Amino acid sequence: MNGLGIIKGMIETARNFAGSYHDPQRLTTVQYPEQKLPPVENARTIPFLVFDGDEAMAGLRCTACVICEKECPPQCIYIVKDQVKKPDYVGKMQMQPKVFDIDISVCMSCGICVEVCPFDAIKMDQVFELSTGDRFGKLLLDKHQLAKPNDYFVKIHKTEAGEIDVRREEDKLKAEAAAAAKAAAPKPPATPGAAK
Amino acid sequence: MSGLDQIFVSLAHWVAGWFPASVQPLVSAVLAIAGMMAVFGTCFALTTIVERKVLARMQNRLGPNRVGPFGLLQPLADGLKMLTKEDIVPFSADHALHFLAPLVLTVPVWLAFAVLPFGRKMSAIDLDAGILFFFAIGSASELSVFMAGWSSQNKYSLVGAMRAIAQMISYEVPLVLATVPVLMLAGSLDLNDIVAAQGTYTFGGLARWNAFTPWGLAGLLLFLIAATAESNRSPFDLPEGESEIIAGFLTEYSGFKYALFFLGEYLGLFAVTGLAVTLFLGGWHAPFQWLEWVPSWLWFAAKFTSLIFLFIWVRATLPRLRLDQLLNFAWRFMVPLSLINLLVAAVWFWSSAWNFPVAAAVRWLLCAALIALPYHWLGRVLRGPLPPPRQYSYAE
Repeated sequence: MNGLGIIKGMIETARNFAGSYHDPQRLTTVQYPEQKLPPVENARTIPFLVFDGDEAMAGLRCTACVICEKECPPQCIYIVKDQVKKPDYVGKMQMQPKVFDIDISVCMSCGICVEVCPFDAIKMDQVFELSTGDRFGKLLLDKHQLAKPNDYFVKIHKTEAGEIDVRREEDKLKAEAAAAAKAAAPKPPATPGAAK
Repeated sequence: MSGLDQIFVSLAHWVAGWFPASVQPLVSAVLAIAGMMAVFGTCFALTTIVERKVLARMQNRLGPNRVGPFGLLQPLADGLKMLTKEDIVPFSADHALHFLAPLVLTVPVWLAFAVLPFGRKMSAIDLDAGILFFFAIGSASELSVFMAGWSSQNKYSLVGAMRAIAQMISYEVPLVLATVPVLMLAGSLDLNDIVAAQGTYTFGGLARWNAFTPWGLAGLLLFLIAATAESNRSPFDLPEGESEIIAGFLTEYSGFKYALFFLGEYLGLFAVTGLAVTLFLGGWHAPFQWLEWVPSWLWFAAKFTSLIFLFIWVRATLPRLRLDQLLNFAWRFMVPLSLINLLVAAVWFWSSAWNFPVAAAVRWLLCAALIALPYHWLGRVLRGPLPPPRQYSYAE
């Protein structure tokens, strides 16, 4: 009969109307500031800098190689290299950033900086409540604000951080083994410098 | 009982009594206007929040619940927001028309309330040609919509206005034709007479509302569908179709002018709903004789509220029509059906003299068949032949 579909549809909406009052399972709304959904592991918002150990600036993985600065499509990263070097996790002396700024009002959350970083130093964060009343000051984050411990990285991106930790542990063991072998071995017969 | 029934009338008389006799007619007119503006203004504010809440619930959401308890202060917040917003008029717009369009929509709509009887002895003016006045006033909204669309100098506004004109003029025809049987059988254009004609009881206390007759029921449905289209509500909200033409004729409106358009649209809906109650649902009369003790204005309010809820319910259910579907529906279904309904009303009138056992049932069934068969047939014609079953070809 004509119009039967309209009646069927109206019964469906009436069922929703009544059901939403006695069956809370139907309501999909999350009342945001009070209720929050558990974070999703694949969520990615803005970059942050990973550091190892307890002290942020000493453990910073970043070596100021400026690959991310060059690759960043909207050019929101600004790096100045420091003159002083510091040892990295395998004990090798590396450069470190004197200034590392990210303008998060410019950042487009593409994650290219993360993909090009050879040191696993820059990773994507999950913070999203970034609004601020200060348009110019609070949206330019420096290296102190950007630095976050590896534990935090493990917490938000468990799978990715686990793989990286395993790889870095292996590197460290390999480096120690090499150092031990070097220490145990007799003095090399001739290095180019020593021969002179 | 009669005290509560006539409480507003007595109140107005009491207040008017303070004034000298020469200005009493003016005072009572001002009181009636103020009362109506207060009631229907509040009604507008409440409807915006209730509509959002009900729509949300019908879509399994919560709806606005942040401002005040249960979100009840939301209309206040919306009103404040609208008032404080910048009023932008496009550089190339026709400023005078752009300014006038919301006023042309809102002012006549208030006038339409003047003839509606909200309760026993509760119509602002007792006009002999009340229903003519109502439709004459109501047709100003077409003018306003086209003024808005034309003066904005915006292609979306113009497209929306053209759609609105096509839609409103098409649906004006079935809207008026659906009311004609009521006028014919009541023998009057006065809305108070029409209500009085539905005020008697049959079958041990069942009211003689027009909606309880076959032609009245069909007329009510036709009237409600046409009223939905007249007030640009979903599923006939093509003039504003957000997903197609931004906001139609409202595209270049902001701030309080935009709010005035909304006010006008909702008041138009209220007026036409009040007319539907008056014409088909017995006005302020009770459905059963033993319920006559309930104040008449409460009956009107109850019927009015249920119809508003029905409009919200339909909005939550049906998707928007395409323009050709909309016009086909008006001209190939609504107009013929309302003409046939006129014929059925004539048969009903002719058969009122029947005087044999079960005459009432035979009469009712005959008239119902006379309207149901064309309904079925017209629906088939409108739909056309069914398309052949679809052939699907899947990728290997």
